[in-house]
Amino acid sequence: MAQTLHDIPKNDPVAVPEQKAKIDRILAENKNLPGAVMVVLNELQAQIGFVSPAMQAYVAQQMHVPLQQVHGVVSFYSFFTTMPRGKHTVKFCMGTACYVGGMPQLIEKAKQVMNCDIGKTTADGMATLEVCRCVGACSQAPVIVIDEELHGRVRPNKLPQILKKAQQ
Amino acid sequence: MKYFRSHVLVCVDPECLSKGAHDVLDALNDELVAQGLIDEIQVLETSRIGGCTVGPELMVYPEGVHYVGVSVDDVPYLVEEHFLKGRVVKKFLAPPKTNTDEELGAPTSKEVRVVLRNCGKIDPENIDDYIAEDGYAALEKVLGGMTPEQVIEEILASGLRGRGGAGFPTGRKWQFARASRATPKYMICNADEGDPGAFMNRRVLEGDPHAVLEGMIIGGYAVGASRGYIYCRAEYPVAVRTLRIAIDQARAYGLLGENILGSGFSFDIEVRVGAGAFVCGEETALMASIEGKRGEPRPRPPFPAVSGLWGKPSNINNVETYANVPQIILKGAQWFASMGTEKSKGTKTFALAGDVNRTGLIEVPLGINLREVIYDVAQGIKDGKKLKAVQIGGPMGGCLPEAYIDRPIDYESLAEAGTIMGSGGFVVMDEDTCMVDIARFFMEFTQDESCGKCTPCRVGTRRMLEILQRICAGEGRHGDIEMLEDLCKWIKITSLCGLGQGAPNPVESTLKHFRHEYEAHIYEKRCPAKVCKGLIRYEIVDACTGCTVCARNCPVNAITGQRRQKHVIDPNVCIRCGICEQVCNFNAIVIR
Repeated sequence: MAQTLHDIPKNDPVAVPEQKAKIDRILAENKNLPGAVMVVLNELQAQIGFVSPAMQAYVAQQMHVPLQQVHGVVSFYSFFTTMPRGKHTVKFCMGTACYVGGMPQLIEKAKQVMNCDIGKTTADGMATLEVCRCVGACSQAPVIVIDEELHGRVRPNKLPQILKKAQQ
Repeated sequence: MKYFRSHVLVCVDPECLSKGAHDVLDALNDELVAQGLIDEIQVLETSRIGGCTVGPELMVYPEGVHYVGVSVDDVPYLVEEHFLKGRVVKKFLAPPKTNTDEELGAPTSKEVRVVLRNCGKIDPENIDDYIAEDGYAALEKVLGGMTPEQVIEEILASGLRGRGGAGFPTGRKWQFARASRATPKYMICNADEGDPGAFMNRRVLEGDPHAVLEGMIIGGYAVGASRGYIYCRAEYPVAVRTLRIAIDQARAYGLLGENILGSGFSFDIEVRVGAGAFVCGEETALMASIEGKRGEPRPRPPFPAVSGLWGKPSNINNVETYANVPQIILKGAQWFASMGTEKSKGTKTFALAGDVNRTGLIEVPLGINLREVIYDVAQGIKDGKKLKAVQIGGPMGGCLPEAYIDRPIDYESLAEAGTIMGSGGFVVMDEDTCMVDIARFFMEFTQDESCGKCTPCRVGTRRMLEILQRICAGEGRHGDIEMLEDLCKWIKITSLCGLGQGAPNPVESTLKHFRHEYEAHIYEKRCPAKVCKGLIRYEIVDACTGCTVCARNCPVNAITGQRRQKHVIDPNVCIRCGICEQVCNFNAIVIR
């Protein structure tokens, strides 16, 4: 949901001076590029980890674009998230090759191991589980990506060990 | 250029990186400094050499020695033995090359490498490597004495067609953009390779980025553009990084920017990164995304050549199309036109996936038939099973049954058979694949990725998916097939962009060629390939030794039994995930 800049939650990046400085720097560096909204949001997502409603409002105000445009972009693309995420991100590739290679079974097993549903963050805030589109490593299917690290040819019995990386 | 007696190429493919290639790279540099060899031996990064499964791997030239499985601790020994004493370290020597690079192996006799010629051979982060392979020679030829019209004429004569899938003649596209009067004009490269199972463009961008840049600069000169954008998907961080390095290097060499090579022509390129929306591969949606908006397509005309990015004339081509351009200019249109069929010239890269012995990237001359690709290039079906279907063209493509195996691969022939060239996904499926399930899988993908702008695509694909899900769950009804056919027809005709128009293809083609499977699901409540969960049951047979592996791996504890005694699966608890079948060492679990 869209939000005004009047009542920002205390822990929002816009209200935390350190992170606000980061946001301001990203804005200053990119806001004059043509088509800057996407570039700025991509950078925010990469550096802050999410784009909160208050951040969207702030970006809109600073860039002199309607809030609906910023929110429209955030809600359209699957890469943007509006909530803080777990320390680690575990992505399960659902490309054709991984699907055929047994990804649905791996996901079932992972849900059990992590005690967490797909699209959710574990209770201890350690990992966010998500399904993603083909990562283009089909020759190694099935593929799980933890943060930026790729794990290929994952077998169900090897899965718990791989997932340990996302639990600490 | 500095002279080195030896070069060490370290693979920084994602797989090797995950095994610590960067640490090995750093250790190598440190050790060479420590041994005082750093001025004699240069360490470079490269893409996959071919031994990533046992990585990190490196290649030492000029000897051509390929080492694998090198860890940081091994580096001092390796440096001392190989570079100081000149002895090859047998321990790390890669096994003799049979077919080691799983993504891009040595070309088979039926392959021709044009677009992929430099991949894995040069350091993508070093422009000098590209220049040594005739890089930017085509640009020099163009700027040194060809008019834009002559460039377009050459591309037209070559018969090059868009490699993004639709196959529109590239020269014609350039002509249209050239004819537009408004300025500035934009050159756009579509690197939003979103089809599941396709990774040809990623390899080109990661392995030979300058070929794409050179093609874009030449195209920019031909149409009179001053600026280029490469729109790359966010799922390819390595490609984005490689491209940015390549652009910086090209700028430093005066191959991008003001007054390129003293010709008076100015052109610059910027990389824009997507944010995970498949529809942005559609050209009008892609341009909206570069403009910083929601990536929703718009009706055409006006075509991008008239009114594209920011309402200005724009030319948009695929990565592979641009990568072909420099070599056409350099070797001539005749050379390019000598490959392929009458209407489809040149080569095409495909990403082979599925149940074949050799998966990975291939590049074949157009006109080759499916049999040659599957049985010669891909070395046949895995485990000696039978071929069932080939899915070409990604989620907008169709499934071709075995009967089409002698059909040549070219734009017209594939369209006739009910599929599309697409960007080059090529999934081979064996007899164990359920075609209804595959249709459902693709429909789930397109339904999820539908941007929601136009109703036929937004609502229509949802309705189709619901029917397919029902059929797969064993709840198919009389009339479902007819309803699907009807929906296919109307969604195709009335959707706004290629996504909606192509979305019914997987269903339509499977309905046409594998109708009996749909009928078995609906009327006999049977999944012939034993895939659809709602229609199968797992059972443990007498071969069970009671080893308990299945019971321990079952996510829902549906398996019970005493150690050393035959176990039993409770069908009411079982979620048919199939893990037990995978982990069983005695083939004691069967599907009924």
